[in-house]
Amino acid sequence: MTKASDLAPSYDLVVIGGGPAGLAAAALAARAGLTTVLFDENPGVGGQIYRAITFSPVKDRAVLGEDYWAGAELAAEAKASGALIVTGATVWSLDPTRLVGVSIAGQARLIEAKRVIIATGSLERPFPVPGWTLPGVMSAGGAQTVLKAQGLVPNGKTVLAGGGPLMWLLAAQILRAGGKIDAVLDTTPRKNWLRALAHLPDFVLSPYFAKGLKLLREVRAKVRVIRVDRLEAVGDDKLREVVFGKGDNERRMPADLLLLHQGVVPNVNLALAAGVAHAWNERQLCFEPVLDEDFNSSVPGISVAGDGAGIAGGTAAAERGRIAAIAAVRALKPEASVPDLQIVRQKLQREAMGRAFLDWLNRPADSFRQPEGDTIVCRCEEVTARQVRDTADLGCEGPNQMKAFLRCGMGPCQGRLRGLTVTELIAAQRGTTPAEVGYYRLRPPVKPITLSELASLPIAEAERKAVER
Amino acid sequence: MRTADVVVIGGGIHGCATALHLAMRGLKPILVEKDYAGRHASGVNAGGVRQLARDLAEIPLSISSMALWEHIEELVGDDCGFESHGTVLVAENETELASFRARVEDLRLRGFTHEELIDRAELKRLVPAVADHCPGGVVSRRDGAADPFRTTQAFRRRAIEKGAEVLEGVTVTGLSKVGVNWRVETSAGPIEAPKIVNAAGAWADRIAAMLGEPVPLTVVAPMLMVTSRVAPFIQPVVILRGRKLSFKQLGNGTVVIGGGHLATPHRDRNETVIDWDKLAISARTVWELFPAMRAATIVRAWAGIEAFMPDGIPVVGPSSTSEGIYHQFGFSTHGFQLGPGTGAMMAELVATGSTNTPIDGLGIDRFSQRKDPSLRSG
Repeated sequence: MTKASDLAPSYDLVVIGGGPAGLAAAALAARAGLTTVLFDENPGVGGQIYRAITFSPVKDRAVLGEDYWAGAELAAEAKASGALIVTGATVWSLDPTRLVGVSIAGQARLIEAKRVIIATGSLERPFPVPGWTLPGVMSAGGAQTVLKAQGLVPNGKTVLAGGGPLMWLLAAQILRAGGKIDAVLDTTPRKNWLRALAHLPDFVLSPYFAKGLKLLREVRAKVRVIRVDRLEAVGDDKLREVVFGKGDNERRMPADLLLLHQGVVPNVNLALAAGVAHAWNERQLCFEPVLDEDFNSSVPGISVAGDGAGIAGGTAAAERGRIAAIAAVRALKPEASVPDLQIVRQKLQREAMGRAFLDWLNRPADSFRQPEGDTIVCRCEEVTARQVRDTADLGCEGPNQMKAFLRCGMGPCQGRLRGLTVTELIAAQRGTTPAEVGYYRLRPPVKPITLSELASLPIAEAERKAVER
Repeated sequence: MRTADVVVIGGGIHGCATALHLAMRGLKPILVEKDYAGRHASGVNAGGVRQLARDLAEIPLSISSMALWEHIEELVGDDCGFESHGTVLVAENETELASFRARVEDLRLRGFTHEELIDRAELKRLVPAVADHCPGGVVSRRDGAADPFRTTQAFRRRAIEKGAEVLEGVTVTGLSKVGVNWRVETSAGPIEAPKIVNAAGAWADRIAAMLGEPVPLTVVAPMLMVTSRVAPFIQPVVILRGRKLSFKQLGNGTVVIGGGHLATPHRDRNETVIDWDKLAISARTVWELFPAMRAATIVRAWAGIEAFMPDGIPVVGPSSTSEGIYHQFGFSTHGFQLGPGTGAMMAELVATGSTNTPIDGLGIDRFSQRKDPSLRSG
């Protein structure tokens, strides 16, 4: 185990996040001779897509699928490359001077980096249906984590609700592992087909087509799939039933577990805190960093690869990581040999095929992104959709201004999980766009650290810097 | 062409308070703010409402402000989250306590009684969680704390209700004299008014420079951090003298830790870069002073951009070069409490040409009178 005290004060390249983008980037850069460290906060590398790839108890390869096991190769390459891979390492700060704040086992350090690749992937999109904070309701991603890392599948009456490719993948993985799903409630609006249709030819030619179709068939063969346009978790102290419907038709289904998933969005928290410029993506309904073709951000020396650069999936993430790493090598060690950039770009381009179709098809309906009434928006501070809408009506123009009135975004999560809902609600209420409303000014620490951890920063260094500045 | 009685430049607590008091006097102010009201220091400071440990020159303004704070809801229609549990300046050793005693005695001779020396027992009564090595301190019992952004917004809102016009997202680009009026060039067109109040905070030197009145203003960004909720254990705001610390638990249980360690400000980009090495010093101070805080979680660190003057006290009063111009800036990291009272005083000064509140020693001419050329560079 690498300890905080084992770290060098500076590295050529710091990679943050050990999913496909981070692993591929670290491997390429280290092989080209950059001193490279990769930090991942989990017990093992892999990210969400290849979570627990080095220690998963799920041995039957069919359960998680061959796409999952492809991660093992990436992890092995990174390990063999000479990059220092540090797991259990939480990066809590990154600033525009590329100073990286990291904590390992309660000890904090500030590490200087000549280049930084942010590869912190995606987060599940908030899915604020009435009752989502009840015990017994959890995110599908959370359920997938438990399956991959501990081999556990839900028992009891289970309902999976939402949309997007990952929801269908999880359904299949649960079923293959011997789990039971009582119903899949598909929230995808049928009218999405209108926008998606233009991109169908590309999709049919892409690898997603065959895989997706197979997955859908596999799930539909075993589980009832019901299309819904509203959804509610009902219970007193815990989930008792799921209420759903379409049009005038309303149904109730007893349930012990409701798994929610509404697609994923870039995890922009670290990049925003570092001062990277972001823009609204109307197709994917999320903020994403503004990047050049090498994935360089607006802050010199900081690039963003993987799904954090905009959702494109795991295979694309690895290629993006390689491109960002090639840019880092060319900047710091132009004489080193690197793979042919054009070939990597072509692979990435192939991966992008079919994405437009998937994005338009799975675009979540307004009603599932912009809740009404007493539905909780901010769990930390228990703020409801009505409160956010009312405060917007009072003249509050953005999430930052709203904090003083509702404390929404001031709790432990700092709006890092539910910020999109707040932005979209304000935009809807004020009749403007999320781009206009903007996002939380996210500040470090990007992950909470204890006072003791902060106090553990080496004193000598603190005093030296205090004198220098 | 817009016209007004007064153009107030800057939408911090000072600009908003002055606009409100001007409007209450029946004048028509237009407030011009380049971002939105409370975007910088006024909205993101520690919220301390403190008379304690102030420079003699600003004590009258501080006392008149306190009277307004204690009835803030009547003034602005919002309680601004103001709560009064006193501020305690903790002495960490006998030498410090002796210097505090001298200060309190000096204040008494001058007729100021708001600072009160306390012994070890009273310190423990007021702040039971404080470490045992502290021999006493000073308390200002009427002091307190408020929510800074909410307060600034409340002043802005009430100013508008009373007839002020507030232009946000509008930048001042030039000042010139047109007859008896000043013409204020802005990104939203010109405004003419006989009088101007420069309350532009960290950008106030640029306004002063347009008038040929350079001031030695330093742009600073004092850092703060806040913890997640911990069980209530302290009521007053606690500050130190020897080491940089201010420490306050809010009603909701979160603890705000500040004290003046500085981030790197970039005023042209509205950005600050946190200096974690220095925040670690604050963390170690808290670790020693309040052992109960060791396991607390820090959820956010930030800094607001503001102006610091070489002598650490604000610039308040008429311009020394230009008739009809008034300055109200440079509050040097302790201007929040002064906002309400300074706004009232400034409105009186602008409307009547004089004020009963002593502001001697705060004039901008104190910089041009000095001989040291290093203090004259903008």
